[in-house]
Amino acid sequence: MARFAVLVFPGTNCEGDVLHAIEAVTGQPAALVWHKEGSLDGFDAAVVPGGFAHGDYLRAGGLARFSPVMEPLIRMAESGRAVAGICNGFQILQEAGLLPGAMLRNVSLSYVCRDVRLRVEANSSPLTCGLAPGTTLRMPVGHAEGNFRADDDILEALEADEQVIFRYCDDGGEASDEANPNGSRNNIAGVRNARGNVAALMPHPDRAYEEALGGVDGRRLFESLHRFTES
Amino acid sequence: MRDAATLEAAIASGLSTEEFRQIGTLLGRPPNPTELGMFSAMWSEHCSYKSSRRHLARFPTESPRVIEGPGENAGAVDIGHGLAAVFKVESHNHPTFIEPFQGAATGVGGILRDIFTMGARPVALMNSLRFGPLSVPKNRTLFTGAVAGIANYGNSMGIPTVGGEVFFEDCYSLNPLVNAFALGIAPADRIFRARAEAPGSPIWCVGSKTGRDGIHGASMASAAFDEEAEAKRPTVQVGDPFLEKLLMEACLELMQGDALIAVQDMGAAGLTCSTSEVASRGGAGVEIDLDRVAQRETGMNAYEIMLSESQERMLLVVRSGREAEVTRIFDKWDLDAAPIGTVSGDGLLRVRHQGRLAAEVPCRALTDDAPAFDRPAARPSWWPSPEVTPADLPEPSDWNAVVRELAGSPELASRRFVYEQYDHMVRSDTVVRPGGDAGVVRIKGRDLGIAMTLDGNGRYTARDPRRGGALAVAEACRNLAAVGATPVGATNCLNFGNPERPEIMWEFTEAIAGMTEALEALAVPITGGNVSFYNETEGQNIFPTPVVGVVGVLDDATRRIPQHFAAAGDLLFLAGPEGGDALGASAFLKEHHGRTDGRPPKPDLDAEVRLGAFLRAAGAAGLAASARDLSEGGLAAAAIESLFAPDGSRLGAGLEVECADRLEGTLFGEGPARALLSVRPGDAETLARLAAREGVPLAAVGSVGGDALRIRVNGSPAVSVDLDGLADTFRNSLGRLALE
Repeated sequence: MARFAVLVFPGTNCEGDVLHAIEAVTGQPAALVWHKEGSLDGFDAAVVPGGFAHGDYLRAGGLARFSPVMEPLIRMAESGRAVAGICNGFQILQEAGLLPGAMLRNVSLSYVCRDVRLRVEANSSPLTCGLAPGTTLRMPVGHAEGNFRADDDILEALEADEQVIFRYCDDGGEASDEANPNGSRNNIAGVRNARGNVAALMPHPDRAYEEALGGVDGRRLFESLHRFTES
Repeated sequence: MRDAATLEAAIASGLSTEEFRQIGTLLGRPPNPTELGMFSAMWSEHCSYKSSRRHLARFPTESPRVIEGPGENAGAVDIGHGLAAVFKVESHNHPTFIEPFQGAATGVGGILRDIFTMGARPVALMNSLRFGPLSVPKNRTLFTGAVAGIANYGNSMGIPTVGGEVFFEDCYSLNPLVNAFALGIAPADRIFRARAEAPGSPIWCVGSKTGRDGIHGASMASAAFDEEAEAKRPTVQVGDPFLEKLLMEACLELMQGDALIAVQDMGAAGLTCSTSEVASRGGAGVEIDLDRVAQRETGMNAYEIMLSESQERMLLVVRSGREAEVTRIFDKWDLDAAPIGTVSGDGLLRVRHQGRLAAEVPCRALTDDAPAFDRPAARPSWWPSPEVTPADLPEPSDWNAVVRELAGSPELASRRFVYEQYDHMVRSDTVVRPGGDAGVVRIKGRDLGIAMTLDGNGRYTARDPRRGGALAVAEACRNLAAVGATPVGATNCLNFGNPERPEIMWEFTEAIAGMTEALEALAVPITGGNVSFYNETEGQNIFPTPVVGVVGVLDDATRRIPQHFAAAGDLLFLAGPEGGDALGASAFLKEHHGRTDGRPPKPDLDAEVRLGAFLRAAGAAGLAASARDLSEGGLAAAAIESLFAPDGSRLGAGLEVECADRLEGTLFGEGPARALLSVRPGDAETLARLAAREGVPLAAVGSVGGDALRIRVNGSPAVSVDLDGLADTFRNSLGRLALE
């Protein structure tokens, strides 16, 4: 059995979606953990869900790293357990220094909510360990600041080290400009850390886990996360 | 108390001589300046509904499902499973014209507070918008600003925006409309009401601090605009969705227990309105001390504190002895919460400030005793509008060009540019996304789905208010039927011009009459709503624009009818009465001929009832592969909308129609009570039997498939538009116009 922690900051709004998706897909227990908690003892993995933590004041995810729960989260990452971020969770993990890069506003300067297609680039992460590279998945995005930036050196190292785990692509699997919803460099939609236990993506697998929602491809990410905790 | 206010001050604050005299009679003395301000806000059109109250009483408001009808913060209907849907629509027109981003954003904030005040967790938003033509730069600023503001607020709150509408007409250039709708879910037996009972109970002010913003917003929204609108910018509130998210979570957490007697949102007229309404509904009084109200600015006087419309505040009536629970929960969410007074038994609103009595007014004088007018109404001399028939129109030479033009027109093009800025998937319950006839959210763990739609057509109502009112209700119910849902309740936002003009009052009463006829025929009760008068700028009134929001239930959300063509080879059927080729006040007339005249189609309410029953039965039996109602743009628009699915997939279609006369009416006519269905070939016979049983005419009109939209008329090719080009035109035109 694996126990999943779903972190909740003031302004987080996808905690219920993630909780429900984990339980529905993996059958494993998950619990909401308030940001003022000082411990994540007893959890095998943590997911930082989407939303607007601390109102996204200063910058998206910028204030969340000062929340008490970040200390045990960082220790969890250092211990090699799985830490995953979705959307605002991605931004929070970047701001906390657990993942590389930073997010700018979308090139459209607008929030964008629509289905995108993703290509799996590497299976060396908690979110992709059950997926073959080259697999394409469809799920919604919903963000105003998902425009992934890193300077050339970092970007080159990320690519060389296979730390890019998802890229926006078109129906044919091509990482084209048209398929890029926010202007991210190299169409990057998701990355992992060097050690391979912290990973995040901007799209929402927690909005694509049942046919009723228009797609089930998000299930594969939660299945991977479950598999990772058992490895 | 301090000096008495003068008649001049009363008139300057929007009251009439007669109203000033009446206040004196009610108080037995002249009001002081603070009291005058309170009366001016509470007796404004916006708060008192003084020109509309008598007419609104005509709406049907009862059904076995209605838990809470008009009069509370929002209406509530029983949706089964022990649950209630709590919903309402409200306007934020005037603030949006002054400052589009904040004006529209705080409209969303306000309607959400109305919902969670009732103890319901908001699960869906919609909005209905009107702007002037996008060819004018200022209109583009208003449109994009309002959409961004709505997106900012709703997205931050984590509530999906699942539907809505937007239209463009000259008459909205100086007076855009922003109507925001919200829907929440609550246990049916735990609806909170805003009634102060039990004298001695503490009254708390929670949420944001009170500042000088929005003072006299209610009065501003109750007057026509002139070129001084810019000077009214400080009367627009500034929203903080993050704070409201915390406030919502704290209130809902507190409402899980029984520490609260009542909750009242602080919206228009702020502390004045919330205290006097909560007290007069409960037949009680209220005593408050303004020194205990958390303030974000120094030196505010009683007048300013009582009339501030600072956002994200709530008034709580707490059970005596349970204050610690309030403190504990609001501390958790890092929000201000302070007791500011108590419920009293004498029916008075007594306000203290800096140790002095600042105001003392009977609560009912501010609320129930507000004036109610039966303003004169007069039918304008131009009525009725002459009919428009194809014979009056030059015949188009290139029908392909007309189809492309209409598909990319502001009236009919995809609203993707708008709804992709709204988070419509958060909460992972959206099973029919925007871009369909109605939005549908499911309830996790149950089969139940809730469908909702907002509809109104100002062009129709302008040319025939009674027909326009009836058609708005009919279209909303038809939209619900097109996803397979049964309407259970309705809310409405009545956007009209200056009620002091008899022809405006005629439009208003006629529209209500038409709406009432349709609501009764379709057995849908009104559970609440909002009236926005004085939509007049520099003497120009808007089209009368009643917007109707109807909520429906789907017993099994997985049985919703899809909104896009499903498979090549499926057969197309047009359901509903023949002779739906009416072109008066149609989208075709407006977009192709630049005319907004003519008379809208005659409602056929019996046919609407039959069509609704047929669509629901077809949906429940799984016979409809897709359905679309026919409304603006008629058959052609319904077909175009069905081609492009939200997942990016697309399917062509070949329509086969018979046409004895000119083609315009057949393709673009807007006759009511009709829908376009696609059906698997093996189901066609069963569907035909079902239609016959329900008394709905059904005509075979072609099939799904191919790489184009093709239309054959009387067996000969008339239209062939390739899918790639049409997709770009339909999906991207509105964005191009907006960002030009």
